Amino acid sequence: MAEVLSAGPSVQLNLVGLSKNDYRGAPTTLCQGCGHNSIANQIIAACYEANVAPERLVKFSGIGCSSKSPTYFLNRSFGFNGLHGRMPSVATGALFADTGLRGLGVSGDGDSANIGMGQFKHAVRRNVPMVYIVENNGVYGLTKGQFSATAEEGLELKHQGRNPYMPIDIAWEALVGGATFVARSFAGDPKQVKELIKAALGHHGIAVLDIISPCVTFNNQDNTYHSYAWGKEHEVALHELSYVPPAHEITVEYNEGEDKEVILHDGSSIILKKLDRDYDPTHRADALRVLEEANSCSCLITGLIYVDPAKPELTELYNLIDTPLNRLGEADLRPAPDTIAMINSLMF
Amino acid sequence: MSRKIVNDFSITVGTVNGSGSQTANTTILRALFKMGIPVSGKNLFPSNIQGLPTWYTIRVNENGFTARRAEHEIVICMNPNSFTRDLADVLPGGAFFYADDIKQPITRDDITIYPMPVKSLMRAQTDVPPNLKDLVANMVYVGILAQMLGIDLSTIKSALEFHFKGRQKPVDLNFNVVQSAADWAKTNLTKKDPYFVERTNKTEGLIMTDGNTAAALGAIYGGVQFAAWYPITPASSLAEELLEYLPILRKREDGKHTYAVIQAEDELAAIGMAIGAGWAGLRAMTSTSGPGLSLMTEFAGLAYYTEVPVVIWDVQRVGPSTGLPTRTSQGDLTFTHYMGHGDTEQVILLPGTVNECFEFGWKAFDIAEHMQTPIFVLSDLELGMNQWMTEPFRYPDTRMDRGKILWEEDLEKLNGVWARYKDVDGDGIPYRTVPGNKHPAAAYFLRGTGHDENARYSEEPEVWAANMARLKRKYKNAAKFIPAPIIEKTPGADIGIIAFGSTEPAIREARHQIETEAGLRSDSMRIRGIPFISQVREFIESHTNNYVVEMNRDGQMYQLLLTEYPDLSGKLRSIAFNDGLPATAKWVKESILALEVK
Repeated sequence: MAEVLSAGPSVQLNLVGLSKNDYRGAPTTLCQGCGHNSIANQIIAACYEANVAPERLVKFSGIGCSSKSPTYFLNRSFGFNGLHGRMPSVATGALFADTGLRGLGVSGDGDSANIGMGQFKHAVRRNVPMVYIVENNGVYGLTKGQFSATAEEGLELKHQGRNPYMPIDIAWEALVGGATFVARSFAGDPKQVKELIKAALGHHGIAVLDIISPCVTFNNQDNTYHSYAWGKEHEVALHELSYVPPAHEITVEYNEGEDKEVILHDGSSIILKKLDRDYDPTHRADALRVLEEANSCSCLITGLIYVDPAKPELTELYNLIDTPLNRLGEADLRPAPDTIAMINSLMF
Repeated sequence: MSRKIVNDFSITVGTVNGSGSQTANTTILRALFKMGIPVSGKNLFPSNIQGLPTWYTIRVNENGFTARRAEHEIVICMNPNSFTRDLADVLPGGAFFYADDIKQPITRDDITIYPMPVKSLMRAQTDVPPNLKDLVANMVYVGILAQMLGIDLSTIKSALEFHFKGRQKPVDLNFNVVQSAADWAKTNLTKKDPYFVERTNKTEGLIMTDGNTAAALGAIYGGVQFAAWYPITPASSLAEELLEYLPILRKREDGKHTYAVIQAEDELAAIGMAIGAGWAGLRAMTSTSGPGLSLMTEFAGLAYYTEVPVVIWDVQRVGPSTGLPTRTSQGDLTFTHYMGHGDTEQVILLPGTVNECFEFGWKAFDIAEHMQTPIFVLSDLELGMNQWMTEPFRYPDTRMDRGKILWEEDLEKLNGVWARYKDVDGDGIPYRTVPGNKHPAAAYFLRGTGHDENARYSEEPEVWAANMARLKRKYKNAAKFIPAPIIEKTPGADIGIIAFGSTEPAIREARHQIETEAGLRSDSMRIRGIPFISQVREFIESHTNNYVVEMNRDGQMYQLLLTEYPDLSGKLRSIAFNDGLPATAKWVKESILALEVK
């Protein structure tokens, strides 16, 4: 707060005049090798490269290892680290204060799929204007290694024994809940993570990113779903994805007819370069099918699973004045003195 | 007929829940009010949509004593299932009106019995569509009662016009039934009971409304920008009245809104949203009742510790648990005061009249933003959902207080040097910035974890202790924003009576009764908020015996006073009881006299 980082003359600046350093936060206190650190770094890179003004982003988180991470990026953005599982409601209220703001939420599988499932699904249903990242590792870190609701059936953990329950699929829940942007990625695939974050920042409404983010301390056995080794071996990307900011020329190699371009609400676009299959993320039924397939194929399908750029976001449903609500004063907020007689006359 | 008794009795109407009797009952209430007679109406209803017995009780009193009475001179019975009980409830010498299709034995000869041919009168009403007949049938007892008591039919018409918002068709439909029932009574019934009403001027200049409407209007005059809520009896109508009046009072030429009201998925989300909005600089509120308040506890502690302004209305009902959802109580006081784990002290406002619901509705935002803390306003079902006579609402007499907010130009002047939790002014209240502020030094990271003055994570013992000590200083400072208690003095008073909230009419009447019947003179103090301010101590000190009267089992206000003033414990006595019904003067009087050793 007190120290304003300013870039030296030799440092490269982006289009909003900031260096990459301006997007950094405090040093991480998570374990070395934690997937969450890798994601924090990609958030920094994505915001820098996408020329995001830090004061237009508001960070939100709940409780858990993942929820600590917003301190590790975007020092110049406001942040609210609230209660376990209750990040969505706080973001929902806060984002009404100034509709020029976009939320950047970081949650975990315990925070969103266990204690916070209700709020998660209602934030999705309301299309809250935020990026909603779930750093998904299938395990509780801060309380030392208990199963979360995304742990696969049969997973064995040191002090917990065998997980008897079916896992909850974050991407599936988001999609079924009506999310307008659903993606899955893998912390071991930083390039894809970064491009997806950029696309999510350019999206209008909620963008749910289910990012498999291995816990090196409690759940990283080679043969388990949330491990680096398994992810690296089994990742199947739906496409190669690039984000093109608004008013930029598309410079990525692009095969018309074969590759796909999705134009987002702010004029930016996502180029989806075809890999092994034809996949159109604007079709909800296809999205549901691909997630179902991911369940049965023993593979980690990643990429942009679904996007609907047209649906209005929450605050647009309220016909709000253009001035940010939190800059309104008494003149706009308190009815005029002569109304009191009218109100009294409306009573019996 | 014995001596005529004018403008001094109670009426109880027993009906079936969901039968539309509420329109009929409030019509009687408003008609009496329009005649200038002080009245109160209390809906004693079951937690049910349709079918169970429900009662509405009206107190008519020329001297303005309108607390509930447990005794009824006049009983109207429309419900066969409550017939025996209703008949037994009439005071000797009273009157009993009943729908004559109820064929049950009349076992009393000490009262006047008036059968009402509801069915046959309704059969003659060919204008009433068959689907409305059951609803409109309640107007039969309105007409008959009006005729037998002397209620002016023109006042009934104005009450109906108000209820139906001037729509002529339903007004006519209902009034025709009232008129024909009154005509029937005039021809067919002989007045034998002594009870009459007569026009007077005791309600001149007053309005009639309920506390939840008043609270919503107050919040609107307080500039509410964000409200999140979840449906719960008896608080739902507070949020619904926001939706009713915001479009009228905050109408803009461009048609745009300066507010948002959201129905949340539960009370956790409702307070979470309100806290998010309050943190981001909006005048934010939520409204709920006991079970919802329980769910809000963790968030209440977070907002206290992270210093987020937010207003929480608790329209109290009977707990613990689901309890009696449609009955009134003052049982959330200690829970709310300490709401949150760890060392938490919450600031509470205690409105005791409908007018105060309005006043505290706007004031709560000023206090919340000035103090940067949650403000709880404890109303109750009795105040919130029943119709009350009250002084007209008064326009706020102070400008909005937005508290210590730093915007871009402020930070510019400070060269960007500031700290979120630093006590710059020595009052325990720090400065804050809100999202959207574009100054590069504006942002901070709010956390529910231990934090230093710069809002950075800290586990340092001295940092924690110093911050908690500052919060304590800040809380103590809140006292200067708490509305002063209402103190009424009698020269040479023997005792003090301490109360709060909706027991006000019962206390006022009880003071009159103990003085006239037992020669005991009293002072009274109605506390209007916590933390307690100096007048509270002074009042207690100035009486040997102070009776703390409240509608809960454990004497919660008594407990809080004992905790605050252990040195005055010998001067405090507890009178606490709750069965879900509004307090009566008789209960207050008898309880005090039982404890008062002469």
